Amino acid sequence: MNTIQKALQDRILILDGAMGTMLQRYKFSEEDFRGERFKDFHKSVKGNNDLISLTQPQAIAEIHSKYFAAGADIAETNTFSSTTIAMADYDMQDLVYELNYESARIAKKVAEEFTKKEPNKPRFVAGAMGPTNKTASMSPDVNDPGFRAISFEQLRVAYRQQAEALIDGGVDLLLVETIFDTLNAKAALFAIDEIKEERNLDIPIMISGTITDASGRTLSGQTAEAFLISISHIPLLSVGFNCALGAKQLTPHLEVIANRTNLAVSAYPNAGLPNAFGEYDESPAQMAEQVKEYLEKQLVNIIGGCCGTTPEHIKAIAEIASQYKPRSVFQTKNLAV
Amino acid sequence: MKNKNYLKLSGLEPLIITPESNFINVGERTNVAGSKKFLRLIKDRNFEEALSVAREQVENGAQIIDINMDDGLIDGKEAMVKFLNLVIAEPDISRVPIMIDSSKWEIIEAGLQVVQGKCVVNSISLKEGEEEFIHHAKLIRRYGAAVIVMAFDETGQADNLKRRIEIAKRSYDILVNQVKFAPEDIIFDLNIFPIATGMDEHRKNAIDFIEATRWVRENLPYVSVSGGVSNVSFSFRGNDPVREAMHSVFLYHAIQAGMNMGIVNPTMLEIYDNIPKNLLEHVEDVMFDRRDDATERLLDFAESVKGSAKESKKDLSWREEPLQNRITRALVKGVDEFILEDIEEARQLAPKPIEVIEVNLMTGMNVVGDLFGSGKMFLPQVVKSARVMKKAVAYLLPFIEEEKLKNPQVDDSINAGRILMATVKGDVHDIGKNIVGVVLACNNYEIIDLGVMVPPEKIIATAKERNVDAIGLSGLITPSLDEMVFLAKEMQRQNFKVPLLIGGATTSRAHTAVKIDPEYECAVVHINDASRAVTVVGDLLKKETSGAYKENLKKEYDDFRVNFLKRQKVKTYLPISEARKNKFQIDWKTSEITKPKQLGVHSLKDFDLNLLRDYLDWTPFFRSWELHGKYPGILTDEVVGEQATELFEEAKQMLDKLISEKLLTARAVFGIFEANTVNDDDVEVSLPAPKRGAHFTKNLSTVGDGEIFRTLRQQSQKAKGKPNIALADFIAPKETGIQDYMGCFCVSTGFGTAELATKYVENHDDYNAIMVKALADRLAEAFAEYLHKQVRTEYWGYATEENLSNEDLISEKYKGIRPAPGYPACPDHLEKQTIWELLKVKETIDVELTESMAMWPAASVSGYYFGNPEARYFGVGKIKTDQIEDFAKRKNMNLDEATNWLKPNLAP
Repeated sequence: MNTIQKALQDRILILDGAMGTMLQRYKFSEEDFRGERFKDFHKSVKGNNDLISLTQPQAIAEIHSKYFAAGADIAETNTFSSTTIAMADYDMQDLVYELNYESARIAKKVAEEFTKKEPNKPRFVAGAMGPTNKTASMSPDVNDPGFRAISFEQLRVAYRQQAEALIDGGVDLLLVETIFDTLNAKAALFAIDEIKEERNLDIPIMISGTITDASGRTLSGQTAEAFLISISHIPLLSVGFNCALGAKQLTPHLEVIANRTNLAVSAYPNAGLPNAFGEYDESPAQMAEQVKEYLEKQLVNIIGGCCGTTPEHIKAIAEIASQYKPRSVFQTKNLAV
Repeated sequence: MKNKNYLKLSGLEPLIITPESNFINVGERTNVAGSKKFLRLIKDRNFEEALSVAREQVENGAQIIDINMDDGLIDGKEAMVKFLNLVIAEPDISRVPIMIDSSKWEIIEAGLQVVQGKCVVNSISLKEGEEEFIHHAKLIRRYGAAVIVMAFDETGQADNLKRRIEIAKRSYDILVNQVKFAPEDIIFDLNIFPIATGMDEHRKNAIDFIEATRWVRENLPYVSVSGGVSNVSFSFRGNDPVREAMHSVFLYHAIQAGMNMGIVNPTMLEIYDNIPKNLLEHVEDVMFDRRDDATERLLDFAESVKGSAKESKKDLSWREEPLQNRITRALVKGVDEFILEDIEEARQLAPKPIEVIEVNLMTGMNVVGDLFGSGKMFLPQVVKSARVMKKAVAYLLPFIEEEKLKNPQVDDSINAGRILMATVKGDVHDIGKNIVGVVLACNNYEIIDLGVMVPPEKIIATAKERNVDAIGLSGLITPSLDEMVFLAKEMQRQNFKVPLLIGGATTSRAHTAVKIDPEYECAVVHINDASRAVTVVGDLLKKETSGAYKENLKKEYDDFRVNFLKRQKVKTYLPISEARKNKFQIDWKTSEITKPKQLGVHSLKDFDLNLLRDYLDWTPFFRSWELHGKYPGILTDEVVGEQATELFEEAKQMLDKLISEKLLTARAVFGIFEANTVNDDDVEVSLPAPKRGAHFTKNLSTVGDGEIFRTLRQQSQKAKGKPNIALADFIAPKETGIQDYMGCFCVSTGFGTAELATKYVENHDDYNAIMVKALADRLAEAFAEYLHKQVRTEYWGYATEENLSNEDLISEKYKGIRPAPGYPACPDHLEKQTIWELLKVKETIDVELTESMAMWPAASVSGYYFGNPEARYFGVGKIKTDQIEDFAKRKNMNLDEATNWLKPNLAP
């Protein structure tokens, strides 16, 4: 279990890139999404990317392989929306345990194959825990600012189910990510902390928030520093940001975090900002060039890609990152608690 | 910073408490146990106003807000969650961390589940034993909050030094070692109890608290100490001077011992150094238990100070000081009471009258300049100094003239330079320009102020004739920017060499660098505040610095321009036809459309200004005097509070005068019409059918009783799901067959302003001249706010149930909007003409439009009313030429003219 901490001391670790962007390449139809098992399901399931882990598992394994081959140290499980809350859109709440468990197993199997081939570069699997599609500290109804569509307790229960299944499926760490509302993340951390105590398990946790725009704040209104303070009560492996912005726009916010924490710092930005067609078109070379600034300023320990990134992007990032030293961290102190 | 064990809290923004931090003040007004008002609001379920209590505390400087709902008649858990959810939705409140205060665990836990930031729990203790203490502490850690621990255990509250230390130590050890609670997240409340109660066992209450605080801070690493200060003076209720002194003395010593946060009412605090010596001695005797009869002595003494402390006599001792000191003081304090007698004395002593200006007055003004420059004096004070200066100079002028006749050959040009100032053609706003003029005049520049709406020929001619050393141009509305560019070109053509100064609300460094500077070979500089004006003009005109400074300026603007243009991100824009396809969608089938109660045009003349008082938004008033901060918080602001309070008092006096003597006249004309959107971006408005007649044509522009408003649409490429909005989207399209409505208005409180201001200026009183104009502007805004409310609740009546406070109005919480042409939602000034036509504004209330579409009198506001609940404020942003072409076609206007008007909005 300690190997990821050890690896972090030695080098900058590479996280994988986008899952959705890669799945688009397969051009799966409604039938493909359904597979044999859900061919008579009462609702359309096209677009439920997490379901692919059950209906087209070979595609997921293939994507993990491509990212590992490109140089990734850590793969994220295909479980961004695998909570009862997000799965309610597809009436698939009952599948939550299986989705997480299977996705974890698929990723872990591929990781083990790579670790076997290259024992000096062990590969890790991070159980991806997305923000769900509801916010605990904002009202969806502009006329009723005191209303909440979801409670802390509902989130805690949902995150707990997801985390337990991911752990059972064999993930090496948990990644609470794309946090647009810090209260959602606090519910996830609460659930994970409960599991750790009950199972007497010291599984590392990565946290990754999302700064939504140039205001430099999360969707729920916190500054980067306020976000950092709000999630620092649970021992963490790393803290950082992903999504919404490209590598360049993310820099000042990473600096805020990097200057104020002893934890490892992670970043996995989008491939630039969306163009006129809503597509991400920053090339691997361009993105690597932007990432260079992080490396020169020693801002990060873990780096990867979010929306629009591909194995080509990860390869370019991995190549440039290998030439730099990681940001120094005092990991042991933070895990001592 | 990152390694330290500091207490770190967060709302939307961080609060980090370091050893260097000042005492952290916790706001306590949102506590039903401590505030009767708040209790009543919560009982009445008036959460709206309860929120304003919270907001006020934050604005007044509370760094954390304590929220408590413990009352027998309230469902505390429900009230806590409901109120917190509302607080979280208000960024100006929720920027600070929250202290969740309850004696019931279920309320605390419910609170912790709805706050995203790192809170403080107030409080837990060993009262119910270790098991419960540990259980709660563990959960608090898991929820991510800091905690206040009361010095309380199974046997009761700690009431002496030994017990305080014992309980604190035991609590600390359990928390840090067993629960693994971060020690910096522990705050001890060591029980502040009353002193001077007459009971012997209370004599050491203060001293024990202070000593316990010292022990805790020295022996329990990283913790904080807090407490409720007003308890200490409980036995002196009703005697505020003594209580205030006791609080200060207690805090003074407790803070030194290590108390770093607490609940203190800032209005119940005397400045330690200002406590009369004998009172201080008596209070400290009690505080430190220094004499057996300390309490009796303080009680006796208290009788004598009761109520007398706040009365102060006018202190005239300064009149005994040397002459120069008196003159300097009069200038610094802005007191003109004795200035003429002092100046006369100086004149008799001076070899020549001019030397009174050169020596005595300038010595004083240099002090003013230094204080202003170093941020120790503020703009309103400087303008008052100028008033004293002007009076003194006016007194001296006849003597100087006389002296000139005697010695005509002596060169007595005393000023540092001559500066022409003008608000450009078509623009009527001059508050900022006048302020800069006054401040420069204070610094010995001769100001030639040509006033407002000054044609360029006049500026050029006057500049030549009077041989000025610099020209300052001002403007507030966007068309003024082009006027400034034109003047720069003209100055270049006529071979001018003097510096050109640019200022006013619409101007910017970017516009000056990119559009004006390249047109003029000599120095061009953008000045955004009066304090900078003095140094900039000084550097420009002083022979020693002038050359290098001008060269630098040129280069600076050149660099700025190059960088600016380079930085310009290429934004993607949609063709207007595409933007229209992505319009803001309202479901017209279900949308709430209220038929106005009173369609048609209405007017109000000689409106009672007194009704507008409650609608004034003071924050921009302070801003116009360069005092920055939100009202009412600004009145107690650490830096500008004192000055703001003084200005505010004087503004209220002037307001009383304006109203009681009817010096200003308020008028309004407004109308509500039937309206429908046609061809996406146009809104056709007309009066109800009978008046409209039979010719129901598409182009109502030609019909006397109807008009078409042309709106502009956002064209920049939006994120997925975000619309490209135009105001027209808030009105039902004609093809829906649904009858919709809109309104428009013009209000003015400016009639009488110019005359009154001129009178003050003639009387050397620029301070009050500026005051009158600034207040007239505020009244006009208040009138617009008032009228909008009348329209919502009465004339149109779509919000008859509305019950909003003035703060709510200022923060635009009302339903529907009232955007004004020339502002972000409709940047096109031309539509004012349509409003003028439709309402017959000029004919009805005599407010005119200048050639640049500024309103005259200046204190006027005009705009539209949109009543749809989904209507909201937005900015059109930059638009492309295709929209301008389309706009010109729709308005039947030539393209060059349309481009000219919309130039400031054209994307590069």
